[in-house]
Amino acid sequence: MTTPIIDLRGISKSYAGIRALEGVDFAAQRGSVHAILGENGAGKSTLIKIISGVVQPDAGEMRLKGQPVRFSTPSAATAQGVVCMFQELSLIPDLSVADNISIAAPPRRFGLIDRKAQLSRAAELLARVRCEDVDPRTLVRDLSLSRRQMVEIAKALGRGPQVLILDEATSALTAQDVQTVYDLLGKLTGEGVTTLFISHRMHEVEALCDRLSVFRNGRHIETFAKGERTDAEIVRLMIGRDVTAKYPPKPAPVVRPPVLKAEGLEWESALKGVSLSLGKGEILGVGGLDGQGQKELLLALFGVLKGVRGKVELGGRGLPSSPVDAKTGQPRVALIPEDRKTEGLMLPMSIADNLVTAAFDRITRSGVINPARLDAAVQDGIARLQIKVGSVTDAVRTLSGGNQQKVVIAKWLMTEPDIILMNDPTRGIDVGTKQEIFRMMRDLADGGKSILFYSSDYAELIGCADRVIVLYDGRVVRELEGSTITEEAIVGASLNIGTAA
Amino acid sequence: MGRLIAQNRGFAGALLLFAALFLTYNLLHPRGFSSAVFVQNANESVAIAFVAMAQTVPVLMRGLDLSVGAVMTLSACVASYLLTGSALEISFGIVAVLATGTAFGLMNGLIVVYGRLQPIIATLATGAIAIGLALLLRPQPGGDVDGDLGWALTNTVWDFADTYGIADGGEAWWIRPFADIPVPLILLVGVAALVWLPFKRTVTGRTIYAIGSAEGAAYVSGLPINRAKLAAFTLAGFFSACAGLYLALQTSTGNADTVQAGAYTLNSIAAVVLGGTALAGGIGGAIASVIGALILRLISFYFRILDIEPLLQPLIEGLVLLLAVSAGAWRTFSVKNRLELFR
Repeated sequence: MTTPIIDLRGISKSYAGIRALEGVDFAAQRGSVHAILGENGAGKSTLIKIISGVVQPDAGEMRLKGQPVRFSTPSAATAQGVVCMFQELSLIPDLSVADNISIAAPPRRFGLIDRKAQLSRAAELLARVRCEDVDPRTLVRDLSLSRRQMVEIAKALGRGPQVLILDEATSALTAQDVQTVYDLLGKLTGEGVTTLFISHRMHEVEALCDRLSVFRNGRHIETFAKGERTDAEIVRLMIGRDVTAKYPPKPAPVVRPPVLKAEGLEWESALKGVSLSLGKGEILGVGGLDGQGQKELLLALFGVLKGVRGKVELGGRGLPSSPVDAKTGQPRVALIPEDRKTEGLMLPMSIADNLVTAAFDRITRSGVINPARLDAAVQDGIARLQIKVGSVTDAVRTLSGGNQQKVVIAKWLMTEPDIILMNDPTRGIDVGTKQEIFRMMRDLADGGKSILFYSSDYAELIGCADRVIVLYDGRVVRELEGSTITEEAIVGASLNIGTAA
Repeated sequence: MGRLIAQNRGFAGALLLFAALFLTYNLLHPRGFSSAVFVQNANESVAIAFVAMAQTVPVLMRGLDLSVGAVMTLSACVASYLLTGSALEISFGIVAVLATGTAFGLMNGLIVVYGRLQPIIATLATGAIAIGLALLLRPQPGGDVDGDLGWALTNTVWDFADTYGIADGGEAWWIRPFADIPVPLILLVGVAALVWLPFKRTVTGRTIYAIGSAEGAAYVSGLPINRAKLAAFTLAGFFSACAGLYLALQTSTGNADTVQAGAYTLNSIAAVVLGGTALAGGIGGAIASVIGALILRLISFYFRILDIEPLLQPLIEGLVLLLAVSAGAWRTFSVKNRLELFR
């Protein structure tokens, strides 16, 4: 066996106490197209961030062509021929395509950027990815998402990669572009370039890759050649985790009158016709890999997005026109947002102030805050979710992640919502608090509230939801109910492959 | 050409507004389109134009520099001591004045980059320090600036040649076509062309735009972020020093005027916005801000030739600024995810 071009040994990485990678050994050979597979949070992103120098490992060693290396910045990695195309685009929107392609090392004359040379270099690289239709002088912000992704690929190519990392590089591409990328990868492989390919599209992995590595819970589970495993086996490798939380028992399925019905919801390129129906007292899980339109679905139902098309029945009205409309109309809607630090809480403000921000009408009398009511509301909120606080006047920032999340939930329960939209409410919080939140969700549902529950952790959907819809590419691809809600079924649907339920 | 306008809408709008204001002003002025009016206008506009250029660089990377006016004042006070004596001494003085402002800017940059302070608060403090130093240098207005130099640099090219007896005292055939151009304008254009335009074409300059546009993307693209931030504040210090130098030449004195320093800082922000540079960073440039500064000054010139109550000047300036800025806000209507309005 020849020396692998990339060789990781015992790599570990934690973020704020949460382990993202643990003792990972991973190697990729020269001239191979190597797929990296895993669920949300399996550690794929952290792995490539370490390889490309965006973050540094806490422990372990990395070798490039047998030589130990340590990349402290992305530019250090690029200088050694390790080039990453990031999922969150690395293009500068206000600069031109040509500027972006040669961003860090442009051609120069007399020390200054040579715009002519830069233009011709951009044109040449764009031609290699068959994007002759993109004028290199256009600003990136004026390009469509699929064109930007192709520009990103051209930019990566221009850096003369020996190791090319493609992180969901094809997610926004048209079928024709995907074919171009296939051809390009084939050519690069012939030239000895190694590609690490992260994708959730199994058919692409099938078509492109010669080796596959599966990650799970921050560990490297197995690496094998293409064809050694069936799809079903791969799915099983990706799951197989320890049960981390206990869930309250689910009630027997009953027929529930719908409180929210949506048909063919469309918005920009994120939602492509989502239909769903949420019953009274039901917990409806929303599954799928990150970024398939789940967040946009919740935002749309809460009135945050403009220009949503489709039919919505919500009580006697349609889609809320704004968050204010959503929380005050009938039935009342609440959204537990994705990022509690920016959308859920005002971190420097007190716990008490945060608790009442969504329900000022409950504590005011003719527009003035009534101290007695304020106090009662705050105590009520704290008791309801058993939030552990020293003093309610402390800044909410001083609380642990779990208690912060409880404040967000308590804040929205104070509006007495009928429908609660939850966007990954257990992200980054401890198991104990998770269990309390699941318990509370079930109690709310039993009390007649309806919950639309998006979680990136499939086990939570299986444990909590009465029904689950799985989104893929802005559409509902599978609806599961009762005993058909299994991890195999959800993972299979998430990858949009026909694993038997 | 079409693309150029589409990509620089703010700048194009500012140019148009400037052209309209300028033409109307000269048509209304009893001695419009004359060299005398031209020289006077230029003299009163150059300092604010330099300060606007200074402000532009930090704004492009989504920062504000509240010390630009104070650094100008400090530089002017330094100049009031050094711009005198032999030609060699004066040359040294000019270099020293420019170095003072540049060093001050570099200090701002070091504080922002390595002290990890917000630019707005760091420069608020250093601005006060600059004024403090200026007051120590010049408790009372005063100083001695070489009269010949002051005269030569604040009048027309002909006066310049005449003062120093070059090009047959300004009568040589090859200087005739330029004889009526105000020297301050040439200085402004010269600094812009020799400092800003080349700087914009370096990787450091481009990084400043990239930071304002998408700092995360700039980082993963391997751009020199710290170097660019240092350069931005250093350059702001340099342009502020240019303004101070000019102010000293124009007034022949150094004056640690706190009110004036503050007014220049605030006007510089107005000029930057008027020129079409986005306060959110990434779009615009120093040339655009020069146009913005000229617009700002032109509006005040109108009060001299029209019979308007001078007391109304701030009010009208405010209205014009508000209108000009509103024109740039239409973009928010096309945002489809309302959450993005708050990011």
